[in-house]
Formats: sequence, C-alpha cells, structure tokens
Amino acid sequence: MQLSLTTKTMFIPFIMAGDPHPDITVELALALQEAGADILELGVPYSDPLADGPIIQRATSRALKHKMNLPKAIELVPVLRKKGVKIPIILFTYYNPVLQLGEEFFFTLVKENGVDGVLIPDLPFEESGPIRKLSAEAGVACISLVAPTSKQRIEKIASSAQGFLYCVSSLGVTGVRDTLPDELESFLMEVKQYSRVPVAVGFGISTSEQVSMLKNYSDGIIIGSALVQKMEQLGDRLLHEETKQEALNEFQRYAQMLTAPLGKRCTP
Amino acid sequence: MMYKEPNENGRFGEFGGKFVPETLMLPLEEIERELEKAMADPTFRTEYMDSLQEYSGRPTSLTFVKNLTEKFNGAKIYLKREDLNHTGAHKINNAIGQVLLAKRMGKKKLIAETGAGQHGVAAATVAARFGMECIVFMGEEDIKRQELNVFRMKLLGAEVVPVFSGNRTLKDATNEAIRYWVQHCDDHFYMIGSVVGPHPYPKMVREFQRIIGDEAKQQFLEREGKLPEVVVACVGGGSNAIGTFYPFLDDEVALIGVEAAGKGTNTPYHAATITKGTKGVIHGSLTYLLQDEYGQILEPYSISAGLDYPGVGPEHAYLASIGRVQYESVTDEEALHAFQLLAREEGIIPAIESAHALAHTFKLVPHLPKDSAVLVCLSGRGDKDVQAIMNREKGGADIAAISND
Ligand SMILES: Cc1ncc(COP(=O)(O)O)c(C=O)c1O
Repeated sequence: MQLSLTTKTMFIPFIMAGDPHPDITVELALALQEAGADILELGVPYSDPLADGPIIQRATSRALKHKMNLPKAIELVPVLRKKGVKIPIILFTYYNPVLQLGEEFFFTLVKENGVDGVLIPDLPFEESGPIRKLSAEAGVACISLVAPTSKQRIEKIASSAQGFLYCVSSLGVTGVRDTLPDELESFLMEVKQYSRVPVAVGFGISTSEQVSMLKNYSDGIIIGSALVQKMEQLGDRLLHEETKQEALNEFQRYAQMLTAPLGKRCTP
Repeated sequence: MMYKEPNENGRFGEFGGKFVPETLMLPLEEIERELEKAMADPTFRTEYMDSLQEYSGRPTSLTFVKNLTEKFNGAKIYLKREDLNHTGAHKINNAIGQVLLAKRMGKKKLIAETGAGQHGVAAATVAARFGMECIVFMGEEDIKRQELNVFRMKLLGAEVVPVFSGNRTLKDATNEAIRYWVQHCDDHFYMIGSVVGPHPYPKMVREFQRIIGDEAKQQFLEREGKLPEVVVACVGGGSNAIGTFYPFLDDEVALIGVEAAGKGTNTPYHAATITKGTKGVIHGSLTYLLQDEYGQILEPYSISAGLDYPGVGPEHAYLASIGRVQYESVTDEEALHAFQLLAREEGIIPAIESAHALAHTFKLVPHLPKDSAVLVCLSGRGDKDVQAIMNREKGGADIAAISND
C-alpha cells in the first residue's frame, strides 16, 4: 500500500464485517467512502477481542451470529470493490484466526482478494517477524501499533512500519472517550520524529472537537467505536428495505459531522 | 538441572510467547526485569519463604492415605496437602510471591481473575495483609457456583466485578481482567492465578508454585527413602500441576496431568484442552486450546469452576508435545465419586478440582505393584464446593446414593 504524506489528515473509519448483517457491510463502506474516508479498516469478529471495549465487543457478537469469519471477511473485499469501494482496505483481525487459517494461506487469500493491509492488534513487534516477512512477500502492508507505554520501543517499531503507523491514543481498549490524555500531542510529535510513514491516531476518538484538535498532530484519524455505536442506534432501520436508505444517509451525515474539521466533503 | 525452559523469549519449545496489545509490552518487560532481580535477591527469597511459613502454614503435610491404599490393594497413595494452606488451596503460594513482587515494584493495586474463587480469595487475602487494593473479575456463572468464595472476597475487602460476556466463566473473567489492566497498567499489578498468560507469567507462577514439588520431593524421600513412581495433579491452567511436577522433571518419575472431561470428551461439554485441543493463542500465549476451525475459542464445560478453562499453560503444551508428561481426563461423575470417597474413607473433603486428580489415581493404583507409590497433589479443600454439590440434582440425593453403594 502506497500512501503519500499529504497535508490533509486522513479519515480512517472502522467497521466490523458482518455487523449488523453481512449484506449491509458493503453499503456502510460506500457511505463512509462517500463521507470522505481515505482508508477503510474492516474488522474481523473474534470470540475473545482483548483490545476491544464493550461497543466493538457487541459488534463482534452480532457479526458472529451471522457466521462471519476470517475467510468470509477477506472474500467480502472483492465484493466491496465491485460495488465501488475504491479506497485502500485494511483487515483488522486478531492473531488466532490467522493461525488457524495458516499464516501463508492467509496471505495468499489476502493477496488474491486485493486486501491492501493487515493489522493484528495482539501481535507485538517481537512476535511479528514471520508475519512481516510474509506480508512483505505478498506486497501487503502490515500495520504496526505504538502505545503511550511504548517509550523506548517507539524507535524500533517506527523504523520498520509499513503503510501507516497506528498510535493508540491512551491506555485502554477501544471505545468512546470524552477526554483524551494531555500528553497525546507530545506523544504524537515524538512518534512522527521516528516514522517514515504517515502517523494515524485512534482509540477513543468520538467527537469533532477531538478531530479538530488532533488533525494538527497526525496524518490520519481512526474512528471505530463512535461509528459502530451510531450504527447500533440505527439498529433495525438499517435492515429494513423501507428505512435502509434513510438510515444509511444518517450514518453518512454522522461520519461527515465527526470529520468536518478535516475538510473532506461538503455536506450534501 | 537439564530442563531449561523457557528461553529468553518466554518460549517453552514453540509454546508461550507474548501475544498481547502493544500497550502491555512495557509492563511485561518491567515485570520480567523485576522478577529476575527479585529471584536473585536473597532478601526477597527470605521474605517469600517466611510468609509461606508464618502466614500460610507451610510446609504442608504429606499424608499417606492408608484406608484407600488398602481398599485399592495396589500402589501406596500419598497426598501433598495443599488444602491445608491458609485460604484452602495452593493458590496462596503464588499470590504471596506476586504480592511481594508488586510491593517491590511500588504497586498498591492488584487485579485478579478467578474461576473457582480460590485465586480471587488468595489475591484478596494478600491484598488485605499487605495493605493493597484488590479488584477481582469473576464470571457471573462462577459467581453463582461459588457463592461462598464471593462473600469471602468481599469480607476481605476486595471488589468483585461480575463478568457477563461469553459463557461467563474463567476465560471471560480473564479477558476482562486483561482489558482492565490495559487501561490501568500504570499503577496496577495484574496477579494472574495460573501458569497461563504472556511471558513472564507462566514462568513466574511456576517459580512461586514449585514449593509444592520441592517440599513433596523432600518429604517423600524422608518417608520412603526413594522417589514416588508416579506423580498426579489436576490441570486447569496448570499451576498446581507444574508446581508439583517441576522438581521431578529430570527424574525417572511418571508425571500425569488430569484434565476435566466434564460430561465426556466425546461430547462438546468438557475442558480437556490437551486431550482434545489444537494449537492457538489464548490470553497472550501460544498453547493448546479448544477452538473451532476459524479460530474462535469454544466455551469449555466442567462441574469444576477451577478447571473450566479452554486453554492450558504453555509449559504443559510443551511437556505434552515432548511426551514428558502424560495427560488424562476425568468426567464430572468420576470426580464426584472420588470426592465422596476421600471424604468417607479418609476424612478429607477435597476441592472438586483436586478430586479429578484423585479419580485418575484411583483408576491407576490397582494396576500398580504394592511396593510402588503415587503422589497426588491435593490442590485444595472442598468447603467451597459443598453447597453446589448439595444443590446439584435432587438436592444431593445422588451423592448420598453414590456414597452408600
Ligand atoms: C483447588 C484448585 N485446584 C486446582 C485449580 C486449577 O488451577 P491450576 O490448574 O492452575 O492449578 C484451582 C483453580 O481455581 C483450584 O481452586
């Protein structure tokens, strides 16, 4: 995945494949692209999502009910492409499903289906050697994370980062947070010093004020739980033919409202 | 000693490692560094041994069970009495070790997960003793099964947080404890209750539980002038088993770990991880686990809350893979029968977890020569289980029936 360092801050939304239903994932992705998304993070549901808070845990349960899994999520990517999703797609999956599929076969599938990058939140730098080698061979970005506790680890992680570098905003799991830590700016500045790839920030970002503040310190803003929560509120309206379009429009407007400070698109 | 696992990356052969979110890498490195320093520091060692002695009542006895040995007319049966520890199980050995380490690291808040509630009680106990706060995550289902222990933890001043995800048992409690730790790793110490989790936990918990095997080996030598032929322990995460086995790994002694077969390993209702599981990552460690073809972790089942876990310590996965330890499994019914038998014949009410080790031992001893001996780790006492067993089916009528035949 080639990303250039532009002056504009990227909008990187996260949705869970198969939530609330596999059929609607495509339309949600299109709505996000329409709202100005630059990269899509597509979550793969896993029974024990250690890095996720309650909102994404609930998304996971809904997706698992529809029997979503790793190979199915990968095969969703060409469907997204066919329906008009043009932005890069990053697969967000825990490590165990990758292991069961087989690491080599995983990358074969990823490559075949046009996935642009993978992000494995429970595979830290020290354990990621074989995966990074396979991803390099497949020409797929393997996204690394740095956290506020990374300190002296930042340099080594940043120096081998591919695609973009994912900065975890605060101690904790995914979710929506009213406040972000005071040290976040200096943390992002420090990471940017070491990174050759764009630096994006995520975890907890859920208001346009936060987006407005962070756009000056990062190359990308990742928003997950806030969008999933919005979807949750739309609930059944997303699933019924009569109400679907209206619900999708509302979802798109919400994404635009959150990211308005990034100056992406004008509201329709 | 020839046995040298784990390596510097926390691998037992291919098993183990650190599969955790980046946020936890630094806290893990800190624990690893501090543990190493502590283990090399004679004052830490003395503090640990003194606490085990004056607070927990170690060394625990080695008890020859004469009546059952005669009844089965085979190998002699010896019990290492971890049930005699303060708080009633081996879990306190580890809790004392970890709280002393937490203290050294300047931490004042403990996080723990618990299944049967024994580790939760041990954590709450040492928190009280060493003036720390303690928050315990426990699955809602286990809270029902282990009411008594929940109340004990509260009496001891700990906060018990019910966990509603998944099957609401130990796996889910551990997930929630880890999530809480990610959020609070700057000032909390996560006290894991078994030889599971990311490196250095499996190694650390082994270090704090090997006292079981060290003592037992010594006591057995004094009594019998030789080593036992067989050593048996139950395996949930595997801490009492590793603690018991570790000092025997380089000896010519057969080691047997007993897993929970629940309603049978040919049904979906069991927790026989090594017997039926496949390789994968759970709670930060590469090991055997119960999972489906897509890598979703399956919900285990056992009558015993302490064995109701879909993974197993990575060192057990390794010991199984090299054939050094043999892993067997025992059903709920067999464990209940052994529970009754030990109570009736020897006046010892075992924990239902430990009853799994006993049940396998009772199958084994009739086939072994009379001049041989089996050492069993009696990991805990059964007071915590009495109520659940009383309530089980027909108000406990089936238990009375088992004991009368
Ligand atoms: C008495 C007793 N034995 C055994 C276990 C299982 O744990 P482990 O396999 O780590 O010894 C427990 C766990 O709660 C327990 O309470």
